[in-house]
Amino acid sequence: MPNDPAEFEPWSEARAEAIIAARAGEEGATLPILHDLQSAFGFIPTEAVPMVAHALNLTRAEVHGVVTFYHEYRRHPPGRHVLHLCRAEACQSLGCDSVAAHARSRLNIGWHETTSDNAVTLEPVFCLGLCAIGPAALLDGKPLARLTAARLDAELEKLS
Amino acid sequence: MTRVFVPKDVAALALGADDVARALSAYATVVRTGSRGLFWLEPMIEVETPAGRIAYGPVAANDVPGLLAAGLLTGAAHPLRMGRPEDLPFLARQTRLTFARCGIVDPLSLEDYRAHGGLTGLERARAMGPAATTETVAKSALRGRGGAGFPAGIKWKTAADAVGERKFIVCNADEGDSGTYADRMLMEGDPFCLIEGMAIAGFAVGARKGYVYTRSEYPHAIATFDAALGVARGAGLLGPDFDIEQRVGAGAYICGEETALLESLEGRRGQVRAKPPLPAHKGLFGQPTVINNVITLASVPVVLSDGPEAYRALGFGRSRGTMPIQLAGNVKYAGLFEAGFGLTLGEIVNDIGGGTLSGRPVRAVQVGGPLGAYFPPALFDTPFDYEAFTVKGGLIGHGGIVVFDDTVDLAHQARFAMEFCSTESCGKCTPCRIGSVRGMETMDKILAGIAVDKNIELIRDLCHTMRFGSLCALGGFIPFPVMSALEHFPEDFHRARLAPAA
Repeated sequence: MPNDPAEFEPWSEARAEAIIAARAGEEGATLPILHDLQSAFGFIPTEAVPMVAHALNLTRAEVHGVVTFYHEYRRHPPGRHVLHLCRAEACQSLGCDSVAAHARSRLNIGWHETTSDNAVTLEPVFCLGLCAIGPAALLDGKPLARLTAARLDAELEKLS
Repeated sequence: MTRVFVPKDVAALALGADDVARALSAYATVVRTGSRGLFWLEPMIEVETPAGRIAYGPVAANDVPGLLAAGLLTGAAHPLRMGRPEDLPFLARQTRLTFARCGIVDPLSLEDYRAHGGLTGLERARAMGPAATTETVAKSALRGRGGAGFPAGIKWKTAADAVGERKFIVCNADEGDSGTYADRMLMEGDPFCLIEGMAIAGFAVGARKGYVYTRSEYPHAIATFDAALGVARGAGLLGPDFDIEQRVGAGAYICGEETALLESLEGRRGQVRAKPPLPAHKGLFGQPTVINNVITLASVPVVLSDGPEAYRALGFGRSRGTMPIQLAGNVKYAGLFEAGFGLTLGEIVNDIGGGTLSGRPVRAVQVGGPLGAYFPPALFDTPFDYEAFTVKGGLIGHGGIVVFDDTVDLAHQARFAMEFCSTESCGKCTPCRIGSVRGMETMDKILAGIAVDKNIELIRDLCHTMRFGSLCALGGFIPFPVMSALEHFPEDFHRARLAPAA
């Protein structure tokens, strides 16, 4: 999650090999390796799955199973900016549903989608631990609190 | 230069604390701390004066020039001046044991930690030996703060007595319940307290390795805790005898369930394991494992340093010691309130929380996260205690309380509970995997006014099946929010049917 989309690298098999090798000796290394791959490339490239499987002596199906189980692993590159909007109860009590509806209509996308100009990916999140100052969000990892439609618009306009 | 304390807790950052720190940096020595947990006053800054610390809040960066001109650095009068933080009623009424240092110390200063009583618990443990340490935790009656409330001492003794090549201490920092943020605050504000608690646990049961599994939604807590691990290693607090590694989750609520968490740590899908075997017998990598929540482990140092009798003397019924209650959502004074168990729900929500932020009447509170029941004000005499909440058809969980005003639609909340369960189900057992989807579809029919009575009966039947047929607390407890909404707010389930046709 704390990834800065501006810093993603293009796919490189050699780079993936190095990332995998760096942690392949650790116990239960699947998640740490997938995190490292995603923070380098912005998502888990399909080509990386058999490489992880080989390094950890797992089947491709097992690694695919892990990638697809966890909400956070992406199988496609995100937009230049990622907005994680909290949808959980504490934020609901402060009106996050209307902020979310506004975000979807302004960006003209649904959850997990990216705008057609590739600028913003919208992800739901169930709790950021900012339950005392909701509605809350993370925009490229930067915490936002007490969101309203207008406040969200102002933050989105600051992105260029 | 005068020292000014500015929180760097993520909630304070979201409210502009970094800009405040920058604005002050030319005029004072800025020390970054965790949060005291009074979020309506964040960013709350504190100035060191001969009369103690003086708090000001909520401070925005553009308040700083005016504050400085008014004499901020001597603690002078200003409309934002709150006085001594410990005199603020919200803090004065608390019993801060686990959170004694949070918001006061520099979270990465081991000297600060020591100066504020840190490491005396670990020293006591080492002086008394492993068996007596476990016995002390048992005597304190400390129960698991993650939600299940299982006695920590029994868990530790089981793992200590179990035979294994290796043993592990696993800390559950997958704090996924909406309305909870105590784990996050502690890891950002006093990470050495968790490290000390885990080191004591490792010493007591004979484990040399600990894992902290932190949810990825907490990037600031992850960074602070990793930095603290580095400091602790540098100082020899962690090393060959006992070391800790932090692992990061990947956005799966179910990994807060202990066996799913172990699966995830081992590198697999976070699917729940059947119990037995208990993790204390066969846990991480098949070895005896103590798995406790952040707050459980972070409460151990004070149990050791103050003695089990002092800890046990606080509380109510079988719930002993203190609980960090987290007030969240639509509440005027939202924040962390650590106190002995036994306050009534009404005292917490109305007296301490000040009612709703919107100023409208409180209609419902959800206690214990997405698996917790919705309670109406009619149940506000319920004491905050594991057993008392069970009797009323709810749970206290990890201590989060989310307040809703009278604009809430409880049928909509019941539908959300089913939706959440369908999104987060690990898929291992049928009642949860299929039941939550059917529950969501049935709630959609009720919300549309279709065969409402028949579909409510179906929801009751489905909840019964999920309650008793699910493998873990996700499918097993999602009936709590659904059934409590139905029981206490039945009118919301009939709105669509009774509304005049458009």
